[in-house]
Amino acid sequence: MTNTWQDIRNANLVIVMGGNAAEAHPCGFKWVIEAKIENGAKLVVVDPRFTRTASVADYYAPIRPGTDIAFLSGVMRYLLEKDAIQHEYVRAYTNASLIVKDGFGFQDGLFSGYSEETRSYDKSSWDYELDEQGYAKSDDTWQHPRCVINLLRQHVARYTPETVSRICGTPQDKFLHICELIAATAAPDKAMTSLFALGWTQHSVGAQNIRSMAMIQLLLGNIGVAGGGMNALRGHSNIQGLTDVGLLSNQMPGYLNLPLDKETSFDEYMRTKQFKPLRPGQISYWQNTRKFVVSLQKALWGDAATKDNDWCYDWLPKLDVPLYDIIRAFEMMNNGQMGGYICQGFNPLQAFPDRGKIRRGLSKLKFLVTMDPLDTETSRFWQDFGPQNPADSAAIQTEVFQLPTTCFAEENGSLVNSARWLQWHWKAADAPGEAQSDIWIMAGLFHRLRELYRKEGGAFPDPILNLTWKYTDPVDPDPEELAKEMNGRALADLEDPATKAVVTKAGTLLDGFAQLRDDGSTASGCWIFSGCFTEKGNQMARRDATDPREQGIAPNWAWAWPANRRILYNRASADLDGKPWNPAKPVIAWNGSKWVGIDVPDYTPTTKPSDSVGPFIMNAEGMGRLFARDMMAEGPFPEHYEPLESPVENVLHPKVSHNPVARVFDDDRAAFGSPKNFPYVATTYRLTEHFHFWTKHALINAILQPEEFVEIGEALAREKGIAQGGWVKVSSKRGVVVCKAYVTKRIKPLTVDGRPTHVVGVPLHWGFTGQARKGYGANTLTPSVGDANTQTPEFKAFLVNVEKTSAPMTA
Amino acid sequence: MSDLQSQDYVRRSASTMTPPKARSHEDQVAKLIDVSRCIGCKACQSACMEWNDLRQEIGHFEGSYENPSDLSPDVWTLMKFAEYENEQGNLEWLIRKDGCMHCEDPGCLKACPAPGAIVQYANGIVDFISDKCIGCGYCVKGCPFDIPRISKTDHKSYKCTLCSDRVSVGLEPACVKACPTGAIMFGSKSDMKDWAGERIEDLKSRGFDKAGLYDPPEVGGTHVMYVLHHADKPSLYSGLPDKPRISPVVGAWKGILKPLALVGIGLAALAGLFHWVTEGPNEVTEDDEAEGARVLGESKPEPETETTP
Amino acid sequence: MSLTRREFIKFTGLGLAASSLGMLGFGASGEAQAAAVRPFKLTHATETRNTCTYCSVACGILIYSMGDRAKNARSNIIHIEGDPDHPVNRGTLCPKGSALLDVVHAPTRLKAPRYRPPGGTEFKEVSWDFALDRIARLMKDERDKHFTARNAAGTTVNRWTSVGMLAASASSSETAYLTWKVARSLGMVVFDNQARV
Repeated sequence: MTNTWQDIRNANLVIVMGGNAAEAHPCGFKWVIEAKIENGAKLVVVDPRFTRTASVADYYAPIRPGTDIAFLSGVMRYLLEKDAIQHEYVRAYTNASLIVKDGFGFQDGLFSGYSEETRSYDKSSWDYELDEQGYAKSDDTWQHPRCVINLLRQHVARYTPETVSRICGTPQDKFLHICELIAATAAPDKAMTSLFALGWTQHSVGAQNIRSMAMIQLLLGNIGVAGGGMNALRGHSNIQGLTDVGLLSNQMPGYLNLPLDKETSFDEYMRTKQFKPLRPGQISYWQNTRKFVVSLQKALWGDAATKDNDWCYDWLPKLDVPLYDIIRAFEMMNNGQMGGYICQGFNPLQAFPDRGKIRRGLSKLKFLVTMDPLDTETSRFWQDFGPQNPADSAAIQTEVFQLPTTCFAEENGSLVNSARWLQWHWKAADAPGEAQSDIWIMAGLFHRLRELYRKEGGAFPDPILNLTWKYTDPVDPDPEELAKEMNGRALADLEDPATKAVVTKAGTLLDGFAQLRDDGSTASGCWIFSGCFTEKGNQMARRDATDPREQGIAPNWAWAWPANRRILYNRASADLDGKPWNPAKPVIAWNGSKWVGIDVPDYTPTTKPSDSVGPFIMNAEGMGRLFARDMMAEGPFPEHYEPLESPVENVLHPKVSHNPVARVFDDDRAAFGSPKNFPYVATTYRLTEHFHFWTKHALINAILQPEEFVEIGEALAREKGIAQGGWVKVSSKRGVVVCKAYVTKRIKPLTVDGRPTHVVGVPLHWGFTGQARKGYGANTLTPSVGDANTQTPEFKAFLVNVEKTSAPMTA
Repeated sequence: MSDLQSQDYVRRSASTMTPPKARSHEDQVAKLIDVSRCIGCKACQSACMEWNDLRQEIGHFEGSYENPSDLSPDVWTLMKFAEYENEQGNLEWLIRKDGCMHCEDPGCLKACPAPGAIVQYANGIVDFISDKCIGCGYCVKGCPFDIPRISKTDHKSYKCTLCSDRVSVGLEPACVKACPTGAIMFGSKSDMKDWAGERIEDLKSRGFDKAGLYDPPEVGGTHVMYVLHHADKPSLYSGLPDKPRISPVVGAWKGILKPLALVGIGLAALAGLFHWVTEGPNEVTEDDEAEGARVLGESKPEPETETTP
Repeated sequence: MSLTRREFIKFTGLGLAASSLGMLGFGASGEAQAAAVRPFKLTHATETRNTCTYCSVACGILIYSMGDRAKNARSNIIHIEGDPDHPVNRGTLCPKGSALLDVVHAPTRLKAPRYRPPGGTEFKEVSWDFALDRIARLMKDERDKHFTARNAAGTTVNRWTSVGMLAASASSSETAYLTWKVARSLGMVVFDNQARV
């Protein structure tokens, strides 16, 4: 989230698309209701189903799963055509005026630079034209045909209301009504907030779905302001934290990238990281990357990391492929390329696409370790549970370890919420039986491995033998010590470069990442968390709920990264002179000598508005990007591509129907179904009564939603003779689910390219352990293909067939 | 153990005791359920089960989000879902939290033959006192909202207590506290009515011309009220009674008790009455009702005790 | 006074007029005091601040446990409700959060390490030492066999692809950090979390 949950109350328009906030995040959704009541806001929901969020919406429109980019591009076209954009904001804070290189182009579904052979782009033409000083050229008059705003105008021109309706199945009048509501928030003192989640990410074009709305928000001047922003509601309680700390195949803590094979030295690695400003006077904060990386290396390997050995750069693993994501992991497993797998609080047999493939992959492992408070399906993949998990135990040679862990109530520590707040929590009771914390288990494994390497030697033991482990109790490190390690401390007396006076004594905890150095005199395990645990104490444990003007900032409740900033890009909440666009809800303002307000400004508070430092300090041009340069896999502008399994061809460019850079493994491609055999569009989702696959272990939740079902519209039910609550067989090319049907008015057939298209809703919670009734699980049906940037699986749009069937014998 | 004294009662089932009403200056409480803010998440159900330590058996999917499928001795509140296509052809998903309405004039209490098994406190809460309950099921018949349920295990009647245990120590009911969107509010009845007024205004501004408060006068008003977008048609909300009505039989039963007690009891008449009470209270048909009314018909109901709000 | 359903039915056949008028509640005003609302169950419970384990709204919760943390008392969690001071949830909880108690005490909570040998048909309980020793052995053997120090071009890459790990997205950032340290020190690259599913 760029903003906070409570800040939603400041919105004039709330759009929920690509998510189902009321069901997935009910307590955050209260601020939507609050916005309606206290701020007169309207709520718009765009979703294939009439959800519980839609039940309290002021306006609802249906959409075919997997067509959001067409819808949103149509909105952009509308805004540009009606000139419903916030001009001053767009001109000053976005790259609308910058001029793009001559070679850039788009034709028949492909941007310039595409290679059929590698299914990827040479992105060199996707950039600005630079002047002699290396700054991007600009045309503030927007006359230049290749300035970003004109290229965008040209790109979205094809998305007329007719075309949008033809692709999305959304009736034109509904689409246009939503355009009107959105356009009204272009007024400087009006804000729209976008609330989204996996409904946008879980597509082969997921990242571009989100980009599309981010571009709309930039055009409307809705980023950085109270009640605006792009608000990813996020899933698990600490998924934000795990992403922040870099627990992704290509990441290091604080959004630093793990090195690639081609980055053969530390300098080579740094060369592509310290972005030079692309406009005069910009901050381009990644210029400090060297400080962050060196401080991380010092945190990891202490004295062993020296300038002379490039701070142990070579001790970090390097990547030969962009991502070792989950889809690749299970491909490797199925190919016999993996020997072991450790699932810490994770249930891939339920969570990953194409369950059959997951089960086959796990069966080929030498060993599987699960660490979980609960008895997960994954830990029992080898056991026969009937049709819901057919297995021949004797034939499966995998050694399985099921390790019991503590749960939230039994440990101290911090979690990062979707608004980037780090909140400390406290233990209430001991864990049952012999269950242990993940920290204790990881420490136990590490010590055993280190001991084995000490005794026996083995493959490259240096990073293991030298890993810092200076914890008071090495067997069970205290979470507070780990938090301090992430926050960082001075390793030597730090001097002010100008006065040479010691400003920070050796051993002191740092106040923030501005104090980090690249000479090895500071250590910080996660630079963005720097400031969370200072000499003043644990900032994450703060519990002062005071909220100036009740504007939803609560600056002294816990701590937010970066630098306790609650609204990202808040500089953009004020005009060029530093006056808030919306005087009724100012975030920060220039008082003549500094920035003041209820939030921490994006940059040094004394930076004058006349210095024209852009609010988007992580971008080299300091601006929000309507044109993404080379940051996206499939193009600098979003383009509508059909899901890999789709009932129709792409009407815009039938020859390039799907995401041209989607990575598809051969066996996965062979498991795609055709609309002939699988004519209906399916989409998976959560129900508000459950959380993924955990709450079926909780009796109350099992009572509230006891059994697997799918949702189908009345028209399809009639066509197929399916009765309310009757049994159905839902099949994809990959598997079959037998469950009950919920026949509902809330899903209606959509007219797509002139033909009726039925949508089948597949809630995803059921498995074969826990208290709820046994089920097959939605991932029995889903295809194994991901977003081209992140490899997030395409769970939200695929093809199935539905047939009436009789009750199974065991039901 | 006892948190309440007799002075806290304003009514008590099957009793001629006139409660002293010493607490009548207390503000009456009310729960306001604003269905226009309700997202049907069932947090109220969940919190109710958790707080009251109730766990129904795990059921089946039965063609609706409604789970469990009905109120029961272990299910004191239940979200009800109705898919409604309005005159404009647009879908509305009308979701209502069902449960005891805590009537000002409680049909259950009037019907109850067990002394003190049903009481009404000065704050308006209608509570079932289990150790006095005889499980006759008459409260089920007496309730115009079909709320109480008799346990097959201990043969006692159960329903929402409005978390009288929490309210008695100054806390709001569990469902109220949990409700993520503030669709359930709790406070003094007058405050709740004021707040409802604001909500209704807002709804009218959003095109719901018939928005209004459900506080049915037929039962003297309720301590659980609804804000409805379609207050002209409460029955759209999974059969919320348009005009809730205490069965006339209840009035009759109530009426006969005191005269009988005062003048001596005619056994034959009583036997007939009790046969009906004990054999068929849970599934009374129209005919039964007519029969009951005929049996009891001679006695005139006595006027109800007025309570000061 | 108590009157069970059976007794009530029984006395319908007896001489009610003679004996039982009182039992119908006349003049029993003293009995009213005995009737009570359910005793409030949290009066002396210990309250602990925590955060809901489910979604990223991160609602503040109050965990109530039995026992005052005296040496001889073992805390047992008896109730969980929303933290009214929390700026986001302000005391509210969703149907999952309201039922946290049932996941803490789920009958399927694991209590001891368990192991299934190759081809086995059942889990058996094992000691922590057995489990961790054996896992460390398996990991080291795999790593020593499949560790890639240099790629085909001769570049130092120091990666290990034959054992992977998925990290828990409901564990604390401190757990995450320690896990990251351990996994990367081994050169592990097949390493992911729940951000995408």
